[in-house]
Amino acid sequence: MSPDRLATLSDQLVLAAILLYLAAMIGYALELAFGRVTETVRERRLVTVGGPSDDLPEPAPAPEPASWAPKAGLVGTAAMWLGWAANAAGTLTRGLAVDRWPWGNMYEFVVAMLLAAVTVFLLLQIRYPVRFLGAFVGVVAAIGLGFAVRVLYTQAGPVVPALDSYWVAIHVTAAVAASGLFIVGGVAAALFLVRKEGPSRLPSRADLERVAHRVIVIAFPIWTFAVISGALWADKAWGRYWGWDPKEVWAFITWVAYAAYLHARATAGWKGKAAMIVSLIAFACLMFNLVGVNIFIGGLHSYADVK
Amino acid sequence: MTLTDEEKTTGSGPAGLGVVGWLRWGWRVLTSMRTALILLFLLALASVPGSLYPQRGVDPGAVARYFQNDPTKAEWLDRFSLFDVFTSPWFAAIYLLLFLSLIGCVLPRTTVHLKEMRRTPPPAPRNLSRLPHHADIEGDLASAEAYLRSKRWRVTTGDGWVSAEKGHLRETGNLLFHVALLVLLVAVGVGGLFGYRGNVLVVEGDGFANTVAAYDRYLPGSQVSPEDLQPFSFTLKDFQATYIGPGHEKQGQPLDYYAKLAVQDSPTAPEREFTLRVNEPLEADGALTYLIGHGYAPTFRITGGDGKVAFEGAVPCLVNDTSTYESECVIKVPDAAPEQLAFLGRFLPSTVPSGTEWLSIFPGAANPTVQIWPFKGDLGLDAGVPQSVYDLGGHQNLKPLGQMSASPKPMAVGDVVDLPEGAGKIEFTGVKEWITLQTTYDPGRFPALLASGAAILGLLLSLLIHRRRVWVRVRDGGVTVGGLTRTEGGDFGEEFAELTKALEHHARAEVKDVS
Ligand code: HEM
Repeated sequence: MSPDRLATLSDQLVLAAILLYLAAMIGYALELAFGRVTETVRERRLVTVGGPSDDLPEPAPAPEPASWAPKAGLVGTAAMWLGWAANAAGTLTRGLAVDRWPWGNMYEFVVAMLLAAVTVFLLLQIRYPVRFLGAFVGVVAAIGLGFAVRVLYTQAGPVVPALDSYWVAIHVTAAVAASGLFIVGGVAAALFLVRKEGPSRLPSRADLERVAHRVIVIAFPIWTFAVISGALWADKAWGRYWGWDPKEVWAFITWVAYAAYLHARATAGWKGKAAMIVSLIAFACLMFNLVGVNIFIGGLHSYADVK
Repeated sequence: MTLTDEEKTTGSGPAGLGVVGWLRWGWRVLTSMRTALILLFLLALASVPGSLYPQRGVDPGAVARYFQNDPTKAEWLDRFSLFDVFTSPWFAAIYLLLFLSLIGCVLPRTTVHLKEMRRTPPPAPRNLSRLPHHADIEGDLASAEAYLRSKRWRVTTGDGWVSAEKGHLRETGNLLFHVALLVLLVAVGVGGLFGYRGNVLVVEGDGFANTVAAYDRYLPGSQVSPEDLQPFSFTLKDFQATYIGPGHEKQGQPLDYYAKLAVQDSPTAPEREFTLRVNEPLEADGALTYLIGHGYAPTFRITGGDGKVAFEGAVPCLVNDTSTYESECVIKVPDAAPEQLAFLGRFLPSTVPSGTEWLSIFPGAANPTVQIWPFKGDLGLDAGVPQSVYDLGGHQNLKPLGQMSASPKPMAVGDVVDLPEGAGKIEFTGVKEWITLQTTYDPGRFPALLASGAAILGLLLSLLIHRRRVWVRVRDGGVTVGGLTRTEGGDFGEEFAELTKALEHHARAEVKDVS
C-alpha cells in the first residue's frame, strides 16, 4: 500500500477505535447499572482497619439484576478488545506510512499513549477484579482520541531533523508506556475517591487502591528512565543534559510528585484517601506537562506541531 | 546553615534542651519522613514559576522583553529571583535541606541495613498456622533446608524448625537509589563549577578557534580559566539544508541539515573532515560542539561617495520566520566616505511578488533577493558605547537616503543599486549561510550518567523485590510451612503456594533417590 493510503487507513482506524471505546463504555455501564452487586465483606473489614470511616450506608436490599446485564458487560469487554486492536492497527499503519516510530508529534503521542493505557487495563482485568474500571478507561480513551483527532491532528509526514533520531525509540517509547500506566492509575484513583464505601457494583476501594499502587510502582521506574533518557538525548541534541526547559521542569515536578506518593504510601498514616489524592496531584502534573506545556508554554520541546 | 539560628534560640526552647538538645531535635525533625515529604512538595512547587516566567539561563532575550513590556512588574519578579528560579537562594535552600535530610536518612539506614544483612533469620514462631500464609505439607526438615538453600534463601535451623529469609536486596536497592541521587547532585555541581558553555555564529568559509574572545556569548563555571579551553579549531566549509517541498501540509519543514567542517583538534594536529548534524555533535578533547541554528548571510560590495570600496563581505541576517526564512539584516559601513553609510535589509530566500510587496514562500534559497533601505550619517561607533551588530536602533544621527518606500524593489544576486544623493552604490554579490554553534564542556556529565543508571537500578530493586520469610516446623508426621512478607505489594501468596508445592516435590524426589 502507498504511504498515502496507509495514512488514510490509520486515520480511519483511529476513528473506529473511538467508536469501539464508546461502545465498550456503554456495555460496561449497562452491566454496572443493572447487573449483580459485588460482595464487599472483605472490604468492610479493611475499612474498619484503616480507611477513612465514611458512614457505612445501610446495606440496601439488592435489586434483582436484569438477566441481559452480563451480556452487556461481555459486549463491553469485546468492544474494548476490538477498540484496542483498531487503536494498535492505527498506530502501526501510521508508523508504516511515515516510515519512522509513530510517536513523533503530539497527535501520534496521544494516540499511542491511550493505546498503552487500554493495553494496561486489558492486562490488569485479567488478574484483578477491576473489569468495571473499563467503563472509565473507555471514556478516557474515547475522549482522549477525540481530542487528538479534533485538536492535535497533523498530517502524516516526516519530522524535523532534531526528532529524526533513535532517541525517539528510547525516550518517547518510555514516556508513552509510563503515561499509559499512569492514566490507568489516575482513573483508579479518581474512582476510589468518588466511590462510596459499602456494596456497589464498582470494584472495591481496596482493589482500586491496590491497582493504582501496582500500576504506579511499575510506571515510576519507567518514567524515571524516560526522564533520564530525555536528558541523554538533550545532551546529544542541545549540549546540556538538563536545562530547566519548561518540559523538563514539569517532567521533574511530575517525578517528584509521584516520588512523594510512594513516600506517602511507605509512611504509616498516609494510606487510602490521602495517598490517592497525592497520586492524583501527580497525575495532574503529568497531564499538564503533556497538554499544558506544549500548548500554553512552549520552549525547546516544540515538537507539539499544534496550530 | 540553620545551626547558628538554632543556637541563638536555645534560651527560649523547651526546658532542659541545651544547644545539643536543640541540634538533635532539629536534626530529627529535618530527617523525618514527614519533613522529607514536605520538602519534596516544596521542591516541586518551587520549580513551577521557573516554567511560567522566562528564565535568564534559558532565554535571556525573553527576559529582556519582559523588562521592556512591564518594567515595574519585572523588577518585582526579579527581586524574588523569579527570572533565575533554579539558581535562586530559596530554591537552593529547599534542595540543600532536602539533601541534608536525605543524608540524615541514608546514613542511619545504611548502618541498620548492614547489621540486618549479617543477622540470621529469626527462629520460627510457635504456631505457624497463625501466619497470613501457611500450609501443611508432606516432607521433612532436611529436604526443606536443602531446597531453600539451593534457591538462595538465607537459612538457619533450630530444634524442629527451619527459618529462611529473602529480599535484602530491596533495602540495598533503596539505599543505592537515594545515594545515587546525592551523587547526581554533586555531579551537577561539579559540572557547573568546572565546565563552560559558549555560543558563536559562523558564516560559511569562516573559521572558529576555541578561545574566550571568539565566542559571542561565553558562560564559564567559576573554576574555569581561559587557558583551560580545549585548543581546537575548525573552518565551516559548507552548510546544506533540505526542506519538505510544496504540496504537503508541512511544506518548508526542514528534513535534514548538516555542516561540513575541517577540524583541527589542536594547533599541531592534522586536519580532519567532520559532518556536524543535529544530534551528532563534534567532539574535541572532551568539549562538544553542537549545531543549534542556521540562517542566511547575503554578501555585499559597498562603495562610498568617494568611489572607494568601503565594505565587502557577508552580513548574517536574523531569521524572522522559520517557515520562510524571511530574515532581517543590518549593514554598518563606518569606512564609507565622505559620509558613513548604514542599511536595513530584508532577505527573502524564495521571493514572489504579492500585490505591491514581496514575500518569501519557502526556506530554501530558490530565488534569493534583498530589499534595502539605505541611511547615511554618523554611526557613532567612535563613542565607545557597545552596539549590537543586529540593530540600527538609537542612531539619531542617521538620515534616510532618498524616498523611503515600505517595500522597495528587491535586488537579485548581481544587481547594483546607485544610492541617492551620490552617496555611493551597493552591489548584492551572493548568498552564504551561517550556523550558530554551542560548545559545552561539562566534566560532570559522565558521573551524572553513572549516578542516573545506579538510581534506576536501585529503584527497580527497591520497588520490585520484597522482603519475605518462611518457616518450616515439624508437626506430627508432616511439616507446616508459614510465610510472611514484610513489605506490601507483590504476590507473595502465589510465590508461597509455588514454594510449598516445590518443597513437597523436592521431599518426594529425595525419598526416591534414597530408596
Ligand atoms: C530527592 C528526593 C527523594 C526521592 C525522589 C525519593 C524517592 C524514593 C522512592 C521512589 C522510594 C521507593 C518507595 C517505595 O519503596 O515504595 C523511596 C523510599 C524511601 N525513601 Fe525516599 N526519596 C527522596 C528523599 C528521601 C528522603 C529525604 C528521605 C528521608 C527522610 C527518604 C526516605 C525514604 C525511605 C525511608 C524509603 C523506604 C520506604 C519503604 O520502602 O518502605 N527519601 N524514596
